[in-house]
Amino acid sequence: MTGSSGFSRKLAAACAALAVTAPAAAEELRIGFLAPMTGIFAQVGKDMANGFQMYLDETGGNFGGAKVTLIVEDEEGKPPVGVRKAEKLVRQDKVHMFIGGLLAPTGYALAPVSTRLKTVYIASIPAADDLTQRDLAKYPYLVRTGWTSSQPHHPLGQWACEQGYKRVAAVAADYAFGHEVVGGFQKAFEGCGGRIIQKIWPPLGTKDFGPYIPTIKQSADAIFSLMVGPMALQFPKQLAASGNKKPVLGGGTSYDEFVLPAMGEEVIGHVSALQYSAALDTPGNSSFVKRYRAKYGKVPSYYSESNYTTAQMIHEVMETSRGKWPGAAQFVKMLSAVKVDAVRGPVRLDEMRNPVQNIYIKKVERRKMFGYEKDELWNTVIKTYPDVGQFWKYGKQQFLKQPVYSRDFPPCKYCE
Amino acid sequence: MSGRRKLAMLIGVLAALAAWAPFAGPFAILLITQALVLAIVAMSLDLLLGYTGLPSLGQAAYLGVGAYLTAILATRYGFGMDWSFWLVIVLGALAGAATAALFGLFAIRATGVYFLMITLALGMCVWGLAYRWNSLTGGDNGINLPGRPEFGIRLADDLTYFYVVFGFFVASLGALHVIVQSPFGRSLVGIRERELRMRVLGYNTWLHKYIAFVIAGGFGGLAGVLLAYKNGLVSPEDVILTTSVDVLLMVVLGGPGTLVGAALGSAVVVFLREYLSTLVHWWPYVLGGVYVLTILYLPGGLMGIPEHVRRWRLRSANH
Repeated sequence: MTGSSGFSRKLAAACAALAVTAPAAAEELRIGFLAPMTGIFAQVGKDMANGFQMYLDETGGNFGGAKVTLIVEDEEGKPPVGVRKAEKLVRQDKVHMFIGGLLAPTGYALAPVSTRLKTVYIASIPAADDLTQRDLAKYPYLVRTGWTSSQPHHPLGQWACEQGYKRVAAVAADYAFGHEVVGGFQKAFEGCGGRIIQKIWPPLGTKDFGPYIPTIKQSADAIFSLMVGPMALQFPKQLAASGNKKPVLGGGTSYDEFVLPAMGEEVIGHVSALQYSAALDTPGNSSFVKRYRAKYGKVPSYYSESNYTTAQMIHEVMETSRGKWPGAAQFVKMLSAVKVDAVRGPVRLDEMRNPVQNIYIKKVERRKMFGYEKDELWNTVIKTYPDVGQFWKYGKQQFLKQPVYSRDFPPCKYCE
Repeated sequence: MSGRRKLAMLIGVLAALAAWAPFAGPFAILLITQALVLAIVAMSLDLLLGYTGLPSLGQAAYLGVGAYLTAILATRYGFGMDWSFWLVIVLGALAGAATAALFGLFAIRATGVYFLMITLALGMCVWGLAYRWNSLTGGDNGINLPGRPEFGIRLADDLTYFYVVFGFFVASLGALHVIVQSPFGRSLVGIRERELRMRVLGYNTWLHKYIAFVIAGGFGGLAGVLLAYKNGLVSPEDVILTTSVDVLLMVVLGGPGTLVGAALGSAVVVFLREYLSTLVHWWPYVLGGVYVLTILYLPGGLMGIPEHVRRWRLRSANH
């Protein structure tokens, strides 16, 4: 009998040990973060991770009592690598959620992983429209805290009409993100009486626009461009060198704060739209820019802001749950209900878990901001469209009936 | 080492791998599966590079053809999600072989660095199609597969899928071994050593090289099918030049003309790329360093190490 009682005593001790450790483990919030750390997108990846890390540092990594453990993985800007790293985060590191991915295709690749592994995925940057539109039903654990590609460009189309532009030529990087940005702009612009008279699609990564710029129609009132990364630096330069006098509009990434510091006089006066501008003149943003710049030595881009705000939204949920992980499904529900006063302005999620937020029409200007000594290029906000959702003014039902924006949709019916 | 002892050692290692798999972590098992799939491609390239002396830089093309075929069949027709998995395997291998049969017509006429350039260009054509043919391939978004097949056994379970891939790996290794040991295989080695002489001896060297090229394409296609189901995603990134270069380096790293070396090279490269990259951010330097050191100091690759050691011992014994 002594043997058996010894065993039961050990068992009791083991149970007691479990009971002691279990709540401690529940108060750890494990977050996986996917961003490119090597390769051509490495610097963007740093902006993303820095934004999130800064929020953690400022809150001491304490979300309503839960201690946050952040695990950053290098997704290299390649969708298949993103998938493998997400698998690693969930299976080996047992994260509660994974966040990030840079490119739209990476978002499309990560969303099914979240469904398969029943783990929350927060798309803080990938903007592929259909993730929170036609495909959402497939991804019950997906929440987006960033934007859809077409979201800022619907208002920009409207704005272009208000400027009296009638005929616009579009030059955009030839891939899904470019198609969706141009699609959004075209739909809104043609809806208020404008005409897209030409669409030129240079391949992604084009550095020499020599073959494209001369083909821009002289009859256009303005040029709409969507560039990413190094393309964004080259296009305005070569356009200016060709003697262009037309006004230039751009998609959000053509002039975001990630490319802006490397640009010169050639972009002054260019207008673009996005949910964030580092030159946003609010106390919240002014303080954010100063803190970020002091810490990382550069002006924050929307890549930083979006992830900072994502951390803030997660914090909000964990405050409500008092640091307890509510389970994946419940977490998605709670996160969808969060309303925050973010750096970029008020943010809430629509019923398809995409942010409803301010869209800023921004003009590149050389000026001093926030008490910095030097004249620098800033995206001065010239107009704010408040409370813009992913369906703009079309209504969800109506909008979802049309196919996703693509190279051929909306059709270019005014092309000459 | 005698042939029999080598075989015994190989069987021992494979058996140990199969026995260890159930105890591997959930992420490790994925990496091993990945390494085995790429090992099949690397071995197929070894048939060209190591045995025939054809340095192909477009092996990812056949991988891509197999993978995209799998993804398109699965998403458009729901084909390959049950027992028809086996049919897709056959179709994938055939598609890879057919693509190689087409490409071979252009590539085989060239040798050396010209062969390298042509295969590179042809490989980029496949990448270009994957990237630009939006309606078929989904462009840069790629294609998400609905899941893994289920036919009595659920391949969705990673361990089960590992054993399936393991089976295909062993079968491929066996088949390629039989091929390189056959008279046909010996004639390939002859071509590698001195093509003119083989031609003078009456061999149709063009045809021999062509057949080897097509066989390698077939194995590439097979690996593509396995890769597509493994990742659940097919993307132009799978077909891009980097994959071809990686596969070429796996062969060089492991030791060309050994088959097993290619598998070893695959294991090392996958470990560095996929595992080391989760530990440190400077992993590309390690990968680069390994390549440089191998090419400088180990012309026979990792498989050449025992030979090196023996020679070094002999030399020091003579002194």
